[in-house]
Amino acid sequence: MVEQTGMAGVVSERSPAVHKGARYAAAIVGAVAVGSVLALAADTRWIYLLVYVWFGLVYGLFLQYGRFCMASAVRDLFAVGVPRMAVGVLIAVALYSLTAAAVTVAGFSTFHPNAMGWHVLIGGAIFGFGIIFTGGCASSSLYKTGEGNLGALLVVVSISFSQAVMVAAGGWLNWFVPASWTESAIAKDMPEELAVTETWFDQFLAGHIWDLKSTTVAQMLGMQDPVIAAFVGNALLSAILPTAALLIALYYLAYRKGYLRRKGIQHAGLREDVRGIWSMFTSSRNTAIAGLGLGIFAGLQMWVTGALREHYRIFNFGELLADMGYTEGLSLQYTVFDPGYWYITTQEAQWGGWVLNKLGVENMNNIFFGLDNGLPNPLINAPGFMSIGIILGAAVLALTRREFKWKVPSLETATFAIVGGILMGIGARIAMGCNIGAFFATVTNGDLSGWVFLVGMAAGGYIGVRLFNWWIDWRASRNDELAL
Amino acid sequence: MAVKFEKTGDGSYMLDVCGYVCPQPQMYTKKALQKLGVGDVLTVVFDNPSSGESIISMCESDGNDLFDQNNQNGTSSWKIRKGG
Repeated sequence: MVEQTGMAGVVSERSPAVHKGARYAAAIVGAVAVGSVLALAADTRWIYLLVYVWFGLVYGLFLQYGRFCMASAVRDLFAVGVPRMAVGVLIAVALYSLTAAAVTVAGFSTFHPNAMGWHVLIGGAIFGFGIIFTGGCASSSLYKTGEGNLGALLVVVSISFSQAVMVAAGGWLNWFVPASWTESAIAKDMPEELAVTETWFDQFLAGHIWDLKSTTVAQMLGMQDPVIAAFVGNALLSAILPTAALLIALYYLAYRKGYLRRKGIQHAGLREDVRGIWSMFTSSRNTAIAGLGLGIFAGLQMWVTGALREHYRIFNFGELLADMGYTEGLSLQYTVFDPGYWYITTQEAQWGGWVLNKLGVENMNNIFFGLDNGLPNPLINAPGFMSIGIILGAAVLALTRREFKWKVPSLETATFAIVGGILMGIGARIAMGCNIGAFFATVTNGDLSGWVFLVGMAAGGYIGVRLFNWWIDWRASRNDELAL
Repeated sequence: MAVKFEKTGDGSYMLDVCGYVCPQPQMYTKKALQKLGVGDVLTVVFDNPSSGESIISMCESDGNDLFDQNNQNGTSSWKIRKGG
């Protein structure tokens, strides 16, 4: 049975009073609620972890609603000439930068700028190349998993393991380590439990990254007033002005021609172009709304987590876990990965790392797991639960919107998911973050290294699209039935 | 599971990309539309929701008329008339 909805030509299935998808969606929310109550009944301190779960759920709703995908932003622009997602993500960057500035002024920002260097460009390019083949970026792979896309789940698994291997591997990877990194890493005088000269990533981190400068626009310009530093230096100069320039470029390169043709305008003046830019904005409305929502809730999460840290008198969840008797998997500093806001890739690296550790791999003697992030059991990994929350939140909305469908990947899709995911994991670790940690969170907080990541990601994405196009043409040429 | 592109009648074609994820549905749609003549109708069947958003924008910017959107149980069947 079908019914005509309000929009001309749009048909969707007729619903009984409450359709099956909505019931499943309610069941997911109910299960998370019951799980939360049980956890709190066992120990009220689990509230710290539950904050991650519920914020993850909200992020999942927004991501699925706006189909927020950095892969799509780069890829659709190059592959099919559609700037919609690129515009949406850029508007989201501008809006989020204001939230981030407010969070900084209020004094509960947990942001630290990334080191600036060639690694950001190279990591971004590898990451950007990978996302063309996986069909989604790190965060969109999570929300697409929530839509029932098992290929996207494969991407998540692939990112997890490739990162886990990347941060703990030595052997031939050490050929890429210059002697100067090794010397500098040794000079850092790290705890003796760590074997910093054995793995390439530790030498890269301690011998190279830690020697690079990291700064924000406000710091560079020596802005003293906290409000001016946050809103003018870090939001306006670092995020909003570059975003505006890119949006105008996108309008002229990818939107204007089609817009003027649709409107039957022969010679456009400034007024038509302003209307055209507005039309471009409104066609990306859902993504921009998602970006704003994500920004507001990421700010709120920092605030709630900050309040809980104050309440429990801790700096990191690891201390709370130790208090509760869970010391296994904590780092040497008794810490675990605990960013306090929207983050994607590091907790996925921990999942892969934990599994490898249980399989007997010695991977707690490196800086990434052993000194900084720990390798907690996934059942007590708070940011890990944020990722699971994103999957569940996306599933709730996809079920409600009748967009949920189990999709088993074909051999081709699975191969692309695994290989692309491996490249994304490698790129994310070299660049010290994914499109969220290395781009979205940085440029919105005054750290210009994120724009370097974007340049790398776009270059990698462009090459990826060319290769993908070639692949599709080659496939089509071998298949008479397809004969595109 | 394979991409299916076939002529279903006079001036009407069908592209089935079910099971494919981004970016394939939108890329195949673009390529299929390039094969069509002005006024021909392409029915695209796909089950990757985010590709739909790209197809909408693509039709808008290329001047093709997306005149029917049928969405049932996670599978979409959309009709596009190629513009001039």
